[in-house]
Amino acid sequence: MKAASTRSSAGSAPPSAAPGFGQAPGPGPARASGSGTGPPGTARGWRGVGPVTVTVPDVIWRFYRLAGRQMDVVRRRLAAAHGVLRARWLRSLQLRVITTTLIISAVVVTVVGFFLMQQIASDQLKAKETQAGNLVGSGQISAETEPGLSKSPNGGDTQELMSSIVRKLQPPGNAGTGSDYRVTIMLAPRYAGPPVYGLGWTYGIVPGQIPPGLLSKVDSLQSKGESLVSFMPASMSYPSPSSHPVPGLVYGVPVNSYYQLYYFFPLAEVQQSLALIQRTLLVGGFALVFLFAAIAALVTRWVVAPVRQAAGSAQRLSSGNLGERMPVRGADELAALATSFNEMAESLQDKMNALEDLSQVQRLFVSDVSHELRTPLTTIRFAADVLFASRQQFDGPVARSAELLQSQLERFEALLTDLLEISRYDANVAVLDPEPVDVCDLARHAADVAQQLAERRGAKIEFRLPAEPCVADLDRCRVERILRNLLVNAVEHGEGKDAVVTVAGDSAAVAVAVRDYGIGLAAGEERLVFDRFWRADPARARTTGGTGLGLAIALEDARIHGGWLEAWGEPGRGSVFRLTLPRVVGAQLAGSPLPLVPHEAEVADVTGTVRRADGNGTARRADGTPALRLAHRSDALRPAAGPGAGGLAGLAGRTAGLVAAAGGAEPVVPDSPGR
Amino acid sequence: MKGRVLVVDDDAALAEMLGIVLRGEGFEPTFVADGDKAMDAFRDTHPDLVLLDLMLPGMDGIDVCRQIRAESGVPIVMLTAKSDTVDVVLGLESGADDYIVKPFQSKVLIARVRARLRRTEDPAPETLQIGDVSIDVAGHAVTRAGEPLNLTPLEFDLLVALARKPRQVFTREVLLEQVWGYRHAADTRLVNVHVQRLRAKIEKDPERPEIVVTVRGVGYKAGPG
Repeated sequence: MKAASTRSSAGSAPPSAAPGFGQAPGPGPARASGSGTGPPGTARGWRGVGPVTVTVPDVIWRFYRLAGRQMDVVRRRLAAAHGVLRARWLRSLQLRVITTTLIISAVVVTVVGFFLMQQIASDQLKAKETQAGNLVGSGQISAETEPGLSKSPNGGDTQELMSSIVRKLQPPGNAGTGSDYRVTIMLAPRYAGPPVYGLGWTYGIVPGQIPPGLLSKVDSLQSKGESLVSFMPASMSYPSPSSHPVPGLVYGVPVNSYYQLYYFFPLAEVQQSLALIQRTLLVGGFALVFLFAAIAALVTRWVVAPVRQAAGSAQRLSSGNLGERMPVRGADELAALATSFNEMAESLQDKMNALEDLSQVQRLFVSDVSHELRTPLTTIRFAADVLFASRQQFDGPVARSAELLQSQLERFEALLTDLLEISRYDANVAVLDPEPVDVCDLARHAADVAQQLAERRGAKIEFRLPAEPCVADLDRCRVERILRNLLVNAVEHGEGKDAVVTVAGDSAAVAVAVRDYGIGLAAGEERLVFDRFWRADPARARTTGGTGLGLAIALEDARIHGGWLEAWGEPGRGSVFRLTLPRVVGAQLAGSPLPLVPHEAEVADVTGTVRRADGNGTARRADGTPALRLAHRSDALRPAAGPGAGGLAGLAGRTAGLVAAAGGAEPVVPDSPGR
Repeated sequence: MKGRVLVVDDDAALAEMLGIVLRGEGFEPTFVADGDKAMDAFRDTHPDLVLLDLMLPGMDGIDVCRQIRAESGVPIVMLTAKSDTVDVVLGLESGADDYIVKPFQSKVLIARVRARLRRTEDPAPETLQIGDVSIDVAGHAVTRAGEPLNLTPLEFDLLVALARKPRQVFTREVLLEQVWGYRHAADTRLVNVHVQRLRAKIEKDPERPEIVVTVRGVGYKAGPG
């Protein structure tokens, strides 16, 4: 075959001819524009296969107007959607895997599909060209062997001759044979023209539609005496001269020196089959992409579902459900995970059970100690009472021994009571028994013991109570114990100066502040004071023999109410202990109705020394800092006074002994019976 | 005559010591160490007061308390080593009038015992009326609409204390002092539990009391309104 030209690739066609065909990424237009500069006879774009110019400005304009009107709404919705998507994106591994798979497979399928399409189109076109070339070749030979055509054209004979040749070369049918084409035979331009000859004889070809490039190419070949077949893509009317032009291939070949033979092969068939292939590819591609996504979804589901399950199990385990286990299926990695998880849960459960058992044992132990120790102690106590009552009958040392026995038994008892109480808190078995109580009443009641102690020291307890009762839901025994403790401490450490009890309440809380003007607290002691068995000065002799647990218990008593117990103090300036309790049990405290740092501390120091609040959060007066702020700062530090933080041990717990001692001959219930 | 105390305690040393102290104060103590034998001893000795340990071999102290209470209104004072709310309330609800937590002082014990026996002096003839409940103070009898009600001495004292001043609100502390003889604030649960027990006997509907009314945040008072 003598096709002396390159081919324009298929893949571009008017959209009307094959929907979807035109969607192939733009080789058509590109070639068309490029071909204009190419030499004649080489590839050229198909006429009428220009770029699809959609009139978009209207649409865009309308869109912009709409967008402009609803810009805010859209933007807000987009932001919200973005937020939701982003959250989902970050939360779901599955979503990420599926989306990534979808994107990657879509890109791969598109690229592969594109190249596949290119290849198929070019193959089909090549086959068509080969077929057409063969036809044209045989037509040329058949025409050249016609004896009339080698002679110079002459009038009517020539017309007749051309007509017979065209009839011979033109296939009989019009359609359905698979080899539809149109033939025309024309005189070379220099012989054509009136009056003698017509242009030629056509069979359905509009000669004016033959590309001039091809005409001149055939001319030049004819003038050189060569008989090569040339072709060019072009659109021509088909099947009849009045039809719309359709894309196809125009072949031209010189016949001898006077005639030119032209063939038109429409590409509709090729186009149709290409469109079909493209549709198939598109559908296949989409199916493939979704298949990939589905596979990814399935796979991640297989992997993620057990991971989710494991996460759920771990969450339930951490929230205290120690019986939580994961099902073990098969022997894969997930089964290994489940097995390890279950082993972990198992060992955790064992440990927790052991701890619980231990705690149970401890609780029982405390209870047993309580009973076992208390019965003999009662007997000893009675014996000591009897000895003490008749001490006058004894000699001096024996009588003194009876006295010491008596007093130390009281101390022992107080210590035992406090130890049992604190162990009850430690074992978490302390129970709150709240009832509505007027805190002012309670403060007066609690002061009974301290009052007697104060009188002995020549001091008073001053009450600053509000006119209105301050009623709150609280456990009377516990709060009274706290106040008794604070008051006895205040008198104890007041160095003979008066103590002041202030009660106040607001809508959410009630507060009692106990102020003394005694030795005060050194920096950092505000927290230490609540420690168990803490002593302000180890060298200092214990005068009243407290248990060292009083403030530690008081702190726990406050906590079980959801309240605060805080301390402020400065050496030589005394101290303040403030108890704040919510009016309703369990309510969250936001603040206290009373300041922790007393107002008088604001008054400038007589010595003019500037003191600073220290880093430990001591609620000391910083120069010029309002007391309120200081108090708040100390509020902020409150959590630091944790279970380990804690208590004027020296002061604490002495209370119990004092309560018993102050009981006198009355039926005293040492340390609130029935706790 | 009015001074027989039955001591139900399995701890021999404590029982002996209790005996020494009680005899020293002029009481006549008798002893039983086993819960199973407590009821027999109770019926034999007809004590004026029972000191009852809660932890006993054989029958539990709570059960002993219930059985005694089923037969008699004799004052029962529990001796307990457990001071947890549940134990105390359980003891009080089973019928004990008062309780003492070990370890206690001998004078505390004597004070409680005397307080429980105090109401032996003959009161003047007096009749009180709250709602449809009438109280014959001297005759130690309470009737509701003619029906006799069986109150323990303590419940009787509690009712009389409230009924003598109708419409006056008594705080729990005041009641503790007047009825139990406490001079210092003690366990107000004593009052709560006994008010419940009293209501169960004298009220038509103990859930909506009309004779002994709660004044929230303050205490109790007798009579409606």
